[in-house]
Amino acid sequence: MDEKIQIAHGSGGKLSSQLIDNEIVFRFGNGPLKGLPDAAMLKGFKNNIIFSTDSYVVHPYEFPGGNIGNLAVHGTVNDVSVAGGKPKWLSLGMILEEGLPIKTLQKILDTIKESAEECGVKIVTGDTKVVAKGQCDGIYINTAGIGEAIDGFNLDKNLIKENDCIIVSGNIGDHGMAVLSAREGINIKNGPLSDTGSVHRLVQKIQPYADNIKFVRDPTRGGVASVLNEIVSNTSIGAILDSEKIPVAPGTNSISELLGIDILSVACEGRMLLICSESVSNDILTEWKKFPEGKDAAIIGKINNDKGRVTLSTVTGGTRLVDVPMGELLPRIC
Amino acid sequence: MKYIDDYRNPDTAKFIVKDIKKSAKVLEDKNISVNIMEVCGSHTMAIARFGIRDLLPKNINLISGPGCPVCVTDSGYIDTAIKLAESGVIIATFGDMINVPGSEKTLSKCRAEGCRVEVCYSPITAIDLAKKNPDKEVVFLAIGFETTMAPIICMIDSAIKEGIKNISILTAFKLVPPVLEALTADPELRIDAFLCPSHVSAIIGEKAYEPFVEEHQIPCVIASFEPVEILLGLNCILKQIIANRPEVENRYKRVVTHDGNEMATELINRYLEPYDAAWRGLGTIPKSGLKLREKYSSINTESKLNVTVKQGKPNSACKCGEVLKGKIKPDECPLFGKACSPINPIGPCMVSSEGSCAAYFKYSRH
Repeated sequence: MDEKIQIAHGSGGKLSSQLIDNEIVFRFGNGPLKGLPDAAMLKGFKNNIIFSTDSYVVHPYEFPGGNIGNLAVHGTVNDVSVAGGKPKWLSLGMILEEGLPIKTLQKILDTIKESAEECGVKIVTGDTKVVAKGQCDGIYINTAGIGEAIDGFNLDKNLIKENDCIIVSGNIGDHGMAVLSAREGINIKNGPLSDTGSVHRLVQKIQPYADNIKFVRDPTRGGVASVLNEIVSNTSIGAILDSEKIPVAPGTNSISELLGIDILSVACEGRMLLICSESVSNDILTEWKKFPEGKDAAIIGKINNDKGRVTLSTVTGGTRLVDVPMGELLPRIC
Repeated sequence: MKYIDDYRNPDTAKFIVKDIKKSAKVLEDKNISVNIMEVCGSHTMAIARFGIRDLLPKNINLISGPGCPVCVTDSGYIDTAIKLAESGVIIATFGDMINVPGSEKTLSKCRAEGCRVEVCYSPITAIDLAKKNPDKEVVFLAIGFETTMAPIICMIDSAIKEGIKNISILTAFKLVPPVLEALTADPELRIDAFLCPSHVSAIIGEKAYEPFVEEHQIPCVIASFEPVEILLGLNCILKQIIANRPEVENRYKRVVTHDGNEMATELINRYLEPYDAAWRGLGTIPKSGLKLREKYSSINTESKLNVTVKQGKPNSACKCGEVLKGKIKPDECPLFGKACSPINPIGPCMVSSEGSCAAYFKYSRH
C-alpha cells in the first residue's frame, strides 16, 4: 500500500517516533545523532569554523539529474567549501506536506545519505515538521553546514586586479535548465541534467595555490552574470568574457536557446567560479581536469579596467554587456 | 548540420565582417554613407546580443525600426484589457504584455490585485482556459504582426470548430509592408535599405516586398536572426547598393519562400480585413492593420463585450515614438536608464522583449 505522510507524523507521538526511527535513525543514526540528543556534541577544530546554511524549496523536487536531497547536501557543502572550508557536519531540517508519499521521502533521504557519504560529511542533528496539505509544496529542507577553514585561503574580492583570470569548473547552466525542463514538461533526447554535485575536492586540491586565489563562489541563482556583476559593481575593475570559451552542454544550450534564456544568468549547483592570478590559472585548470566534476573546467575571461561592467565578446567579434539578471527569471530553482 | 553552431560560427562571422568592411570602404570612397533599418524587434535584440552594431564601419548605420508589436500598440489597449480583467474576465496574453504600462497601471499590477491574468506561451492555452472556466469569459490579447496573427487565428478557428462560446480576441494586429511605405515617406528619415523581418517573411513571402522595391528602388533583404545570417544580410544590402541593383533578396530560403505560407495567408484573409490602424509614435497608417470581419463579431471582444479601445494617455516625457521611427537612439531619450528602466518602464520600448530600449539597456548601455 502507498503510505503517505500524515499530520500525526509531526506531532511528537507514536507515528512521529516511528517515522524518525524508520527513516532518520535508520540512515543517519551513527555518530552524534545516536540516541537522538536535542543537540550534537562536536569535537573542536584547530582553525576557524566556517558555518553556512541554506534552505531548499525547488519545484519540482525531482528533476533530471537529481532531487531536492542532492541539492540540500551539495548546496550547503559547496557554500562551506567556496568559503575556503573543509565541510564536516550538516544539520537536516525538513518540513513535510501532509500527503507526501513516504516512498518519495525515502528516496530523498537515501539521496541525502549517499550525497553526504560522497562528500565525507555527517548528518549530526535535525528536525522534522509536518504541515497540512497545501501549506508547503511536498517537502522543504534546510541544511546548515560546519567546516574547518583550510590553511592559506584568504578570499577577498578587494584583492582582485586587472588581468586576473576567471575560471569556471565545468559546464554552466545545467541545473537551472534541467529544473525548468522538468517544470515545463520539456522532454528532449539528451536534454539538460542538473549539475548538482560537490566541489569540495576541487577546493581542497587547489590549496597549494591559495596565495594567488582571490575569490571563489558557486554561481547558483542568477548564474555567472550575477556573481561577476556583484564583484565589479561600483569598483574600478570590470570583467570581459569570451563566448567561445564558455563551456555549455549541448542539451542545456538547446533549451536555453529555445526559451530565449541567457545561459549566463542560469543557476548552477555543482560548479565554482574562481578568480586567480594569471600565473596560476593553467595550473588550477590542470588540477581540476583530473576530477570528473572538473573535466570541463575552462578559463572563460579576464578582469579588465572597464569600470563596473561585465562584457562578453561574441562570435562576431563584437562585444555586448552582460547585465545583472532582471527579476526572478526562474523562481524556486534550488 | 548543427544549427546553433553553424549559424554562429566565429570564423564565418569574421570572414563576413571583413567583407562588409571592404564593401563599406568602396562606398566611403564615393562619400556614401548608408542607413539600414532593421524593421523587426527580434533583429534589434539579436544585433545587440551579438554586438553587431558597433562592429560596423562608421559609414554604415543601423537604425532600429518599429517592428515591435507591443511597442506600437497604444496604451489605451492596455487600459481596455485592465478594465476587462477588473470586470471578471480572464485575460490570456503573451508574457510581454503584462509589464507594459497603461495610462495608470500594468496588467501585472492588476494580477497582483486579484484579477485573472494568465500568461500563455501559445494561443492554444486560451482554449484550455475557456474549457476549464466555462462560467467565465476568456479574452486573448491578440497583438502581433503577420507571424503571430497566423497562430492566433488558427486558435480561433479551432475554438469555433469545437463550439467554444466563452472566448474572444481583442485585436491590434499590424502589417509590415505598409509601415515600410510610411517610413520611406517620412521626410525626416533617410532609409537606404531594409533588413526585413525573418518570420513575418515566412508568412508573407518574398513577393510581399516586390511592389515596394519596384516603386521605391530600395533594397529589401530577408535574413534570419542568427548572427552569421544577419551579417550576410547586411553585406548583401551593401553589395546591392554598390551595384545599384535594388531588389528583394532572400537569405533565409530554408524558411522563407517566394509565395510565403499560403495556408496561413488564406486563414488570415478568411477572418480578417484591413483597416487604417493607429501606430504608437507613427500615427495612422492606411490599411496597416487587420481586424475581424463583421461576420465574426461573436469572437471579437469589442463587439461581444461592448468595449472600445480608446486612445490612452502615455507619459508625456516618453520618447518611444521617436525611438520607434529610428529618429533617436534609446540613450538619447532623457528618461533612458534613469526614470525608465526594465524594472520601472515608462514606455513599452523598455519592457518588450523586442523593444529597442530594452535591447539597448540589456546589451549596450554604458
